[in-house]
Amino acid sequence: MTTVALSSSAVATRGISPCRAKEVNNDWTQYALKPSGTGPYKFDKTVPHQRLEFVPNTEYWDKARVPKQDRLVLIPMPEASTRTAALLTGQVDWIEAPSPDAIDRLKSSGMQIVTRVYPHNWSYQLNFVKGPFTDKRVRQAANYALNREDMKDLLNGLMLEQYTTLTPSTAYYGKPVLYKYDPGKAKALLKEAGCLPCKVTFAISTSGSGQMQPLPMNELVKSQLDAAGFEVTLQSMDWNALLQVGRGGADASPEISAINISRAAQDPFNALIRHVWTGAWAPKGANWGHHGNPAMDKLIESILAEFDTTKRLALLTQLHEMMSEEAVLIFVAHDLNPRAMSPKVKGFVQAQSWFQDLTPVTLSP
Amino acid sequence: MSFYILRRILYAIPIAFGVSVVCFSLVYIAPGDPLQTVMPPDATAETIEIVKKAYGFDKPLPMQFLIWLGRVLTGDFGMSISTRRPVFLEVSEALANTSLLALFAVPLAFFTGYVMGAIAGCFPGRWIDRVVTGAAVIGVSLPNYWLGIVLVIFFAVEYMLLPATGMGPNGSTGFHILEWSSARFLVLPVITLSMIPVGILSRTTRAAVAEVHNQDFVQTLRAKGLSEWAVTRHVLKNSLPQVLAVMGLQFGYLLGGSILVETVFTWPGSGFLLSKAIINRDVPVLQGTILTLSLVFVAINLVVDLLQSLIDPRIRRA
Repeated sequence: MTTVALSSSAVATRGISPCRAKEVNNDWTQYALKPSGTGPYKFDKTVPHQRLEFVPNTEYWDKARVPKQDRLVLIPMPEASTRTAALLTGQVDWIEAPSPDAIDRLKSSGMQIVTRVYPHNWSYQLNFVKGPFTDKRVRQAANYALNREDMKDLLNGLMLEQYTTLTPSTAYYGKPVLYKYDPGKAKALLKEAGCLPCKVTFAISTSGSGQMQPLPMNELVKSQLDAAGFEVTLQSMDWNALLQVGRGGADASPEISAINISRAAQDPFNALIRHVWTGAWAPKGANWGHHGNPAMDKLIESILAEFDTTKRLALLTQLHEMMSEEAVLIFVAHDLNPRAMSPKVKGFVQAQSWFQDLTPVTLSP
Repeated sequence: MSFYILRRILYAIPIAFGVSVVCFSLVYIAPGDPLQTVMPPDATAETIEIVKKAYGFDKPLPMQFLIWLGRVLTGDFGMSISTRRPVFLEVSEALANTSLLALFAVPLAFFTGYVMGAIAGCFPGRWIDRVVTGAAVIGVSLPNYWLGIVLVIFFAVEYMLLPATGMGPNGSTGFHILEWSSARFLVLPVITLSMIPVGILSRTTRAAVAEVHNQDFVQTLRAKGLSEWAVTRHVLKNSLPQVLAVMGLQFGYLLGGSILVETVFTWPGSGFLLSKAIINRDVPVLQGTILTLSLVFVAINLVVDLLQSLIDPRIRRA
């Protein structure tokens, strides 16, 4: 049996089996207690808000991916220190998102810390309608002012420095401008833009899905930007309220200069297009700051109409390089999706994805 | 007495109505949108409108309140937005789990707090009073989530004497209070949860006992030649109404669960449910849980009022 502690209990039901729905008289509550699907695991039982148990689907079509455990138990544990304690005491074999300050303790107890860069960015979307970030020099200054190595130290190594939107291993990475730490250059750019001290307000959350360690990370960003000539005000709110600000768009929140909502970057649309395309202006899409640029729009239209992979990759590379040159985001961190697991856990290979394959995982006695 | 009971019950009705108005409004005053968590980040304005309509959030607030109140009066608290389960089911299961904690935390807190306070009140200014008062201040001042984490590190991680978290290997469905394999999961959360009520009760009891000690009738009792033990009995009885009022509030607090303690111990009670409902902005669950807990508070206060009037008939005449 493998027991995994999750930070939240969000388990999405992606499809409804009509046969099972009919069997339970189309009663959703009953269906949720007895769902049916087509994957390598079979639902066994659940206690709402407490645990979800799966057993291998031995009739799965791909025999190589029939799970190697006899049972997989998922337990929601929102508190990071509780997850750590549960792993250390052997109550669970695997925890998601251990707190950075627990890493040394976990390592010293022989636990495995598994990380791999994956398409998920911790950055800031900027207001292109009103305020200092409408000026490219201010956006570039903010990016030059950040010492991302300090941020990595803060997170005990659990991040990759983000200098542009994509990670270097991405097929359409190209040769983007990289905003390495240069506080002198940042100050000079602010002076040139006539914004010194440059007053900006960041909307941030106290926690939230994929937000890593939002409070200490934002405080570090603030101190580094302030040192370079900014005057950052952090406007903190809960995750749901920040999502609402994000959905409303910069028009609805003109007093906010940037929002700190971490974003998945698993495909070209999510990684690049939605941040800069006028067709995705909030509230219609995720372009919160209403970035708009005729040249980029034209490029995006040609990307969406291009079905030749090589040609599309070239166009995407061009878009990525343009976005970096324009400093459309404040780039901070690529998440490493950390997990900690008992030394008994074998066979797990972390994919560069939000989704993971647990079928090959085994537990040694 | 029956007229007094009827009057107190009638008083409770407008309070319950007021509570329902406040708990319905509170979740709307807070920033955030209840539908954020069920919609994709790129949902169009049209999709948002359709979903709002489906959940009834497109209607004016007073109308939403009346519809909600009408349903609540028939026992229908609505459906959870995030789990699509009936809120009544969610709240009743969570409340049952929290009641298990309260079942042990209440006697532990009340007994310890009362005994500590009574001892301190009987010996004001003496060393034992200072020790008890100091312990009470520590109990009140320690953040209970911090204490919970420390207890877990000490008893679960370092010495492996007790489990760190949860309700046992099968969750609440496999929990058997009479079996140590289940009951051991209660120990740390119960101790953590009872720490603040112990501090509050011991301080209240100490103050009440010390105050009664200074009253004239105590001198009269001594003058009559009663033993010190008999005098103490009278003092304790006369201080009880004050202590009972605070016990009622603390009983409500313990029955309401604690968001922080239940989150630290992943105890699937009402506090844990509330914390998840807040994060997901699950408005029906929030409203149902807050209303139920508030009504529990109103009911407990009613019982405490009646108990006080039984102990001290002067209250009935007031």
